[in-house]
Amino acid sequence: MSQSTPQANGNDAAVETVTLTIDGREVTVPKGTTVLKAAESVGTEVPHYCFHEGLSSPAMCRLCLVEVEGAPKLQPSCVTQAQDGQVVRTQGDQALRQRRGVLEFYLVNHPLDCPICDQSGECHLQDYVHEEGRDHGRSREPKRVFGRDDFGGDVLFYGDRCVMCTRCVRFMNEVEQDPRLTVVERGNRSVIDTFFEEGLDGTHWSGNVVDICPVGALVSKDFLYKQRAWDLDHTPSICPSCSQGCNISLHTRDNLVQRLKPRKNLDVNGHWMCDHGRHRYEFMNRPDRLTEPLTGRGTARTPSSASRGWRAALTDVVDRARSLAEGGRGGRVMAVMSPNASNEDIGALVEVVDALGGGDVVYRMARADDEIVLKGYPSLARRRDLAANGHGAELLGATRVGDDDATGGLEAVADHDGIVIVLGDELDDQGEDFGRAAALYLYLGAHPSEAATHADAVLPTTTFAEQEGTFTNIQGRVQRFRQGLRAPGSARPAWLILGAVAAELSGRETAPTSAEEAFDALAGRTNALAGLTWDGLGSRGALVNETVPLAGD
Amino acid sequence: MAYPYTSDHEVRVLSEHFGDPSARTLEGARRNGRYETLKKAFEMGPDAVIDVVKDSGLRGRGGAGFPTGLKWSFMPKDDGKPHYLLCNADESEPGTFKDRELIRWDPHQLIEGCLIGAYAIRAQHVYIYCRGEFFEASAVLGRAVEEAYEAGLIGKDIMGSGVDIDVTVHIGAGAYICGEETGLMNSLEGRRGQPRVKPPFPAAVGAFGQPTTINNVETLSAVPHIVKNGADWYRQWGTEKSPGTKLFCVSGHVNRPGNYELPLGFPLRTLIDEVCGGIRDGNALKAVIPGGSSVPIMNAEEVARCDLDYEGVVACGSMLGCASVIVMDETTDIVKQVRRMAYFYAHESCGQCTPCREGTTWVTRILQRIEDGRGTEEDLDTLVEVTDQMTGTTICVLSDSVAAPVQSSITKFRDEYLALIRRGERVGAA
Repeated sequence: MSQSTPQANGNDAAVETVTLTIDGREVTVPKGTTVLKAAESVGTEVPHYCFHEGLSSPAMCRLCLVEVEGAPKLQPSCVTQAQDGQVVRTQGDQALRQRRGVLEFYLVNHPLDCPICDQSGECHLQDYVHEEGRDHGRSREPKRVFGRDDFGGDVLFYGDRCVMCTRCVRFMNEVEQDPRLTVVERGNRSVIDTFFEEGLDGTHWSGNVVDICPVGALVSKDFLYKQRAWDLDHTPSICPSCSQGCNISLHTRDNLVQRLKPRKNLDVNGHWMCDHGRHRYEFMNRPDRLTEPLTGRGTARTPSSASRGWRAALTDVVDRARSLAEGGRGGRVMAVMSPNASNEDIGALVEVVDALGGGDVVYRMARADDEIVLKGYPSLARRRDLAANGHGAELLGATRVGDDDATGGLEAVADHDGIVIVLGDELDDQGEDFGRAAALYLYLGAHPSEAATHADAVLPTTTFAEQEGTFTNIQGRVQRFRQGLRAPGSARPAWLILGAVAAELSGRETAPTSAEEAFDALAGRTNALAGLTWDGLGSRGALVNETVPLAGD
Repeated sequence: MAYPYTSDHEVRVLSEHFGDPSARTLEGARRNGRYETLKKAFEMGPDAVIDVVKDSGLRGRGGAGFPTGLKWSFMPKDDGKPHYLLCNADESEPGTFKDRELIRWDPHQLIEGCLIGAYAIRAQHVYIYCRGEFFEASAVLGRAVEEAYEAGLIGKDIMGSGVDIDVTVHIGAGAYICGEETGLMNSLEGRRGQPRVKPPFPAAVGAFGQPTTINNVETLSAVPHIVKNGADWYRQWGTEKSPGTKLFCVSGHVNRPGNYELPLGFPLRTLIDEVCGGIRDGNALKAVIPGGSSVPIMNAEEVARCDLDYEGVVACGSMLGCASVIVMDETTDIVKQVRRMAYFYAHESCGQCTPCREGTTWVTRILQRIEDGRGTEEDLDTLVEVTDQMTGTTICVLSDSVAAPVQSSITKFRDEYLALIRRGERVGAA
């Protein structure tokens, strides 16, 4: 099976190029580029269904046919290679007529059930017919009916909406390499089906078939009838569920994450994401939140305590910390952080620890027994480390403790009599005695925790979905994620809170006011991130100085 | 021993031993001179074999009429890869039954042709892809291949020549589209029988990803005769561009249907009236499909002036195809006939290309509605436009095969459609 997954961008200066004319515009592309991709490079989308960048090209939907001067027939642009001097017309009468004809064929048996179709609003059949289709269909014949089928996993199949592009079949064959789908029967009776009752149950990547289905034939059970596509906001983000760092979009509405979708990044995840990550988003919508900063030992036990606001809380924290440090009663600082904290959050935490005379920063991280590798894209896997930023934490000087269930390992912290700081780790396995002996116990988190009972300050933070920042993935790629949700109450990003504390403690006049400033300052003082800039991260991320080789790269 | 019907007009080269069961055995075949030419070919060398076939002007008998020698010359030389010769014995075009007879009566003629062809294109393996429904023919062929293996005519060091060629008979599973050359390759490899996008062409990337040539049974059966007797001998029949003899499968409303081997360029009307004994019951001729059901229908006027060679039939508005002449007399209901053919293609469409998958069924349903007396004149325009959208827009030509009979019948027999539409009245037989 020929698989056309370009792993790296063609930055090589020695690449041979060809120059052709597409719709009157001269286009220069690397040799071997298809006409479809060449057209795309100058912003011309040639409509297509069966072609998908991450899959083989069967050239069977016949929608992407274009006029090529000298060719006796229309040519499928998805498999026709661009050649020097070629003259291509994507908008010629013949090509337009062909597309209008093919689109009419698609509608002969399509149920046109757009009002109740989940794909509606992001459907390529709607889009193409709207752009170039006939204003009425000529078919008067009864429609063929297949009905609905449960394919297993999270996937439902609406056979009547299918355009038979076979992307889903090819994904399972070529990319997941677990051939669970096939075309049965032939001709107009062709339909996608599973083998017996097994279906897609037990697969790890089959959610992707819903993404690549250009119409509403394959839909997610989880998302079924949940939202209209056009009501969703899309926020570029990074999947927090393992250390791969898959690029994703948070699809949100009503300040809730409604679903996750993979976002293309050929350096990390191609077009794909795993089902494990895809379906772990409910935690971003947790309603039990810390919303106001509270200070004074035991405030967490009386949530009705009136907050005196951030200024008072931070002044209080800084004063107490400074007096402890200056009086030599702080000892070494013990900090526990979440491996889903951003680089900027961790950087600010380390800065605070250093300003207080130094100490240990530890984190706990769940670790799966095995990687789940996507066979057709082997640099992508559901990694063993089930958190986004363990690598970033290590690079910034944190140490992993505890077991593979992210429990234990905190004995020294729990009973520490100096300064204790908790950032994000919810300490679910710790009791209310945690930090009882601490001279000063700062708890920064998004959610209430029994282990915060003895905190001297409970400072509400945003979740990663509510802030901007960066994660460093397993390979050492630093990638940006953006804010998709509004934070509740007075919750603030940890880098902002801790950055202000660090500035105050070290007598600096300014603290970072944006994630960008926080990152650039962090990169400026951290060897591992030397040379990186926020702007330089771009849409594909940037590698730290020492990277970890991945299989398949 | 008269093979069902014969005619004095015939030139029986390939069909010489039709009707003689002894020709099926190796012993009988050897008595008929089979495998003598193979030895000669080995002495000539592969390039000389290609040259004589080129000079003979032999054209592919599967329907497309592509020059066989030229096709062979596309095969790469000294590329170090395995080469394959595929023999297309998936004869499935409605109206065609010549390959079946060639296999049934003279399997060793075909095997010898396969071996010579394989030698010419430097193939080490021949696959004969035999239509699944050819129960008798495939059994005969299987026995013949076994006999030839036992006699050292296939396999290692054939007749001491140092040439190794294996022959495998592969039985299809019953899909028309597996007769399309690249669909056949997919089927042979165990994949879905779906035609492949070209390029790459089979001579570069064919069966199992290797350089491959695919030839029809009749083409390969003609090869030993050409190599034995020379190009000029073969050119004594036929026309400049369409030399040689051809098996014509005549079916339909004639008194003596059957296979007739005639020189190319033979007049169609003479074929019907003299060779086949005329139209049944003295009826008048209405239409002829000259090349299998996928070519345009000819009306009586076109039939009257048509000579049966590749160019002659095109000049009369159709194509020679595989020379499967379906004769229809005045009692024929053209709409029903066309609907029945469209149904066949709708049933046999592999379903990958949208215009074919959706179009063949749509067209069939419109035709059915017209046949049932529920059509409109607009339907005729729709049929023409829809079949236009199905022509030249797909990976293979199955889609075009529906367009040809539909469009030609609407042009040439529009009155019959209109009669059904206007009065719900069917012309001809009920």
